[in-house]
Amino acid sequence: MAHAPAHVDPNADPVYFQYEDIDQQQETYIVGMWAFLVTEVMFFGALFLTYALYRWKYQGDFYHFHEQLSWKLGGINTTILLLSSLTAALAVHFAQKKKTKWQVGMLVLTILCAFGFLGVKTVEYGAKFEHHLFPNKSFVYGEAAHEAFEKEFGSHKPGTFTQIVEKLDGPEKHQEGNPARARLFFSMYFAMTGLHGVHVVVGIILFTALIYLIVRKAPTITDYIPTEMVCLYWHFVDLVWIFLYPLYYLIPK
Amino acid sequence: MSATAIPATQHHGEKKTYLTADHTIKSWLLTTDHKRIAVLYLISISIFFFAGSLAAGLIRYELTSPRGHLLSSEAYNKTFSAHGIIMIFFFLIPSIPATLGNFLIPLMIGARDLAFPRLNLLSWYLYSIAGVIALLAMAMGGVDAGWTFYTPLSSLYSNTQITLTLLAAFIAGFSSITTGVNFIATIHKMRAPGMTWFKLPLFVWAHYATSIIIILGTPVVAITLVLVIFERAFQIGIFSPELGGDPVLFQHLFWFYSHPAVYIMVLPGMGVISELISCFSRRPVFGYQFVAYSSMAIALLGFFVWGHHMFLSSQSTLLGVVFSFLSFVLAIPSAVKIFNWATTMYKGSIHFRTPMIYALAFMGLFVIGGLTGLYLAAIGTDVHLTGTYFIVAHFHYVMVGGAVTAFLGGVHFWWPKMFGRMYNEFLGKMSAIIIFVGFNLTFFPQFILGYLGMPRRYHLYYFAPEWQIYHVLSTAGSTVLGVGFLLPAFYLTYSLFKGPKAPKNPWGAKGLEWEETDPVPITENFDHKIVVTKPAYDYDAEEDSKLYEPEHKEEPALTGGKH
Amino acid sequence: MFQFPVMPPQASEWAFHYDLLFWGTSALAVFFTLVVGILVTVLAIKYRAGSKADRRNPIDHSNLLEMSWSLPPLVLAIGMFFWSATDFIQYRKMPEKASEIFVIGKQWMWHLQHMNGIRENNELHCVVGQPVKMTMISQDVIHAMYLPDFRAQFHVVPGRYTELTFTPTMTGKFRMLCAMHCGTQHSEMVGQVIVMSPKDYADWLAKDGNRFTPTALSMADAGKRLFTEKGCGNCHGGVDTERAPTLVGLFGKQRDFDNGEKVVADNEYVRESIVNPWRLINKGYTNTMPAYKGQITEEQVLDLMAYIKSISGSAANAPAEAAGRKPEGSIPGFAGPQNSTDAANRVESAGAAQFKQSENRP
Repeated sequence: MAHAPAHVDPNADPVYFQYEDIDQQQETYIVGMWAFLVTEVMFFGALFLTYALYRWKYQGDFYHFHEQLSWKLGGINTTILLLSSLTAALAVHFAQKKKTKWQVGMLVLTILCAFGFLGVKTVEYGAKFEHHLFPNKSFVYGEAAHEAFEKEFGSHKPGTFTQIVEKLDGPEKHQEGNPARARLFFSMYFAMTGLHGVHVVVGIILFTALIYLIVRKAPTITDYIPTEMVCLYWHFVDLVWIFLYPLYYLIPK
Repeated sequence: MSATAIPATQHHGEKKTYLTADHTIKSWLLTTDHKRIAVLYLISISIFFFAGSLAAGLIRYELTSPRGHLLSSEAYNKTFSAHGIIMIFFFLIPSIPATLGNFLIPLMIGARDLAFPRLNLLSWYLYSIAGVIALLAMAMGGVDAGWTFYTPLSSLYSNTQITLTLLAAFIAGFSSITTGVNFIATIHKMRAPGMTWFKLPLFVWAHYATSIIIILGTPVVAITLVLVIFERAFQIGIFSPELGGDPVLFQHLFWFYSHPAVYIMVLPGMGVISELISCFSRRPVFGYQFVAYSSMAIALLGFFVWGHHMFLSSQSTLLGVVFSFLSFVLAIPSAVKIFNWATTMYKGSIHFRTPMIYALAFMGLFVIGGLTGLYLAAIGTDVHLTGTYFIVAHFHYVMVGGAVTAFLGGVHFWWPKMFGRMYNEFLGKMSAIIIFVGFNLTFFPQFILGYLGMPRRYHLYYFAPEWQIYHVLSTAGSTVLGVGFLLPAFYLTYSLFKGPKAPKNPWGAKGLEWEETDPVPITENFDHKIVVTKPAYDYDAEEDSKLYEPEHKEEPALTGGKH
Repeated sequence: MFQFPVMPPQASEWAFHYDLLFWGTSALAVFFTLVVGILVTVLAIKYRAGSKADRRNPIDHSNLLEMSWSLPPLVLAIGMFFWSATDFIQYRKMPEKASEIFVIGKQWMWHLQHMNGIRENNELHCVVGQPVKMTMISQDVIHAMYLPDFRAQFHVVPGRYTELTFTPTMTGKFRMLCAMHCGTQHSEMVGQVIVMSPKDYADWLAKDGNRFTPTALSMADAGKRLFTEKGCGNCHGGVDTERAPTLVGLFGKQRDFDNGEKVVADNEYVRESIVNPWRLINKGYTNTMPAYKGQITEEQVLDLMAYIKSISGSAANAPAEAAGRKPEGSIPGFAGPQNSTDAANRVESAGAAQFKQSENRP
């Protein structure tokens, strides 16, 4: 993955000069990729630890705050991501079978899923911004939030993103829980899902680069290893979301 | 592709080395050759080392008087913060891995380059960008929160350039991670045929352990620093008590990385020392496997002792006691290394060349640094000493006495291989001795200061004039130390242009990098296929091979080898 | 002109135990430094290149040797660990009867309150031989209360109480420092502990013990006044009402909350319930109490706490030095506890300015 060539020459040797043969090159790529994934695990790990600490400390509050998140939208996103993991896995399968057209098709589907995920995320984030739930200076929660919302949109005309969420989830929920801690919860929410979102964007870029190289028949792409590596990364991104979804959207009372 | 693709050709009857393969600036700035990147790193970290030393000199000058001389308290705080940030993030962490490690790991394992050469170049660029941002932050007013960035001082109360500096540390972290990933993939998969794990030089083992620490620890501190940036930008409250956050959580996350980071700094140094002692004693490293395993033990155990930085931070007594116990256990692998190095000299044929002097200095200073660590691992003694000059003295013994001494020893040892020139042996030994003396004079008085109760990071101590004598001694020592550090900068630079040409193996050392390469390696490292059959450190003290002797008569021949 | 002190004064009971441990560790450290130093020197001289030493039959490894230099140090290390850990546990054990002092760290001064209402900045007067227990909190960044002559240190953290205890064994003036970098004037956050004989202390109380206090109220009485002023009693009466539970007998009692949690009421809980009352709602009550976060100072929280303690019965609270000073009721023209606190705080870095060289330095 670290080795997408800068320009493409179909006749070039697929083995870089520092490797003895293609096998060594591929094995090295895999080791490097796993080492990179370890750093990713630790990267998110620190955030999960922080989350665990505060969830344990403020159980009741976290239950109230989580009601502001739409489990249905989260569920849709979970489904989309799981689907994309399937298409990614199929892409590797077809790459091994050398069915390039199918492989590219599956990769395109994966990218579409990723965009779908980001689309849903945009709606969710948008509604949070409209409700002043993004932890910046205009953050409000509780009674004051209701007033701020009405002041901005009038009592009957919520903003576009809120309308979409309300269509799915019903009218906006009463904001309960300690307002002082709400900021903490939404900080964690935006930090973790935001970091995950950045990874989704990186994934889209990687898949696009991969398709470009496959279509241009770049020599380093002749086998399935590059596809497998990008898909490994994608499975990791998926896996993170599998943890994020229950931790934020499905908090039990 | 850049210069790496050009094969070494016979040109005017002389083989092109990695240095002469191409002379354009572009060929240096876009190189993917691990050796050239190592040289780039060597230049950059040297710049940061002298910048950090300048700050240190200012601190020492300021402290000779209980009321200071030049600086306001604000400026003083910014000076010691700059010293810490530059030295930790921009000198110590990349020092040995990114220069010597980068240069030597492929040579030592018989590979043509690191696994991911372009990632390696990216790492240098990330480092440089981070360095520029950090210097920019300092030029724009600096930071006053110290290199530890404790919240809520750093997140809410300090109005200095914290955000920019944290960003710099964050980017430098990624430079470190890319190096770590690269080393792990390289050491796992790029070894030449016959180079089994237990034929690897201990230098490589040390870097393997270091890389594991880097990939496990650095991401944690990276995300923590980002959270502090967010806290400053949005007041998100993760470390703010008034919003339900926990300021001590920052310390846990910070030390989870920053304690193992101490081993990122010192383990590669230990690797260097293994090479030096073995070569100049003409003996294989005693108990090779124990030394290799002790590196791994330090790397893994190092992750379970972070709480000993927080004995008094309001963590529970039980937790403190557990961390104290683990810290004591961690002392053992380091002790094993020291005894193994000492025993390596047994029945050897010891040549007191410059690198060996550094190695011996390392052993002396590291023993003191390690044993004073016991006072801080012992939860009972820590209560009076933590946060004082005792801590300052302890970690300078480990970091400067350990890591920097090993770094200098390593640079002197591999200098002929890196640049094909010999430096002045007499000046080399002199500066090693000056550094040893100056170092002890600088930092030993600080142990006493700490025990007397002088807190670290204090600008003024007008209420305790009896501390002054130790500060004066320390500053005197730091002047000597400064001279010791400046000397190598001059004679090594001089040797680049005027030094005598180095033979292929001036020390009679063993190892692929000495025995199988040209005096200065070619871009592909080796011009033939490498198959390893011999074990590491195949030395024989009874048939001592010759060392390089300077040809100039006027130079005093202080070589221990000739009597 | 210059002196070379090697030890700070040993001015508390713990300091003696500490120094024993310290010098014990030092003996061990010196021993090992000598072992390695002599070993390396002897080997370096004997086996220098060209020497006539016997180099036949060298050994490359020896498990026996490895064990012999890793196991004994391990045993010694574990021994040192037990010594230091038991000492530390003793050090952290809070005495049952002690002069209670409440400490507030702020950039860049120490504010100290006695139970009887005396407030001091950067100075603490206490009696020789009598244990002192500090309950500490910071109102901004993390500080560390460091008393080098008593070998005592602990962090002072915002948002939570920490404790520190010491028993002075000699009279004199001893340093009180901040050992955690806390911003610009960190090195001026210094004060002194003035340890006095019981007689001097009584004199001090009689004369100007209250020089920073325009009120003669004890902490508990100041708290009572605040309690009335803020109208706390409107809901928290002598018995449980449907609006709020009574606070009589609160300390040390178990509280059940509507979320199923349970807590034994202590300093931490009472502070939290004042500044952030939402967090823990007692079973059977609703969240109606306003939050006092930002409404009252940490000093006032401590006053309220002292008052609530005083109505919690004798078991929870027995200030050892309360005998020295009896509350005398209010002074005419007194404008409330807020002012008394401010008056105390206005004397910025008072201790730092007053602090001249201590008399009992070697």
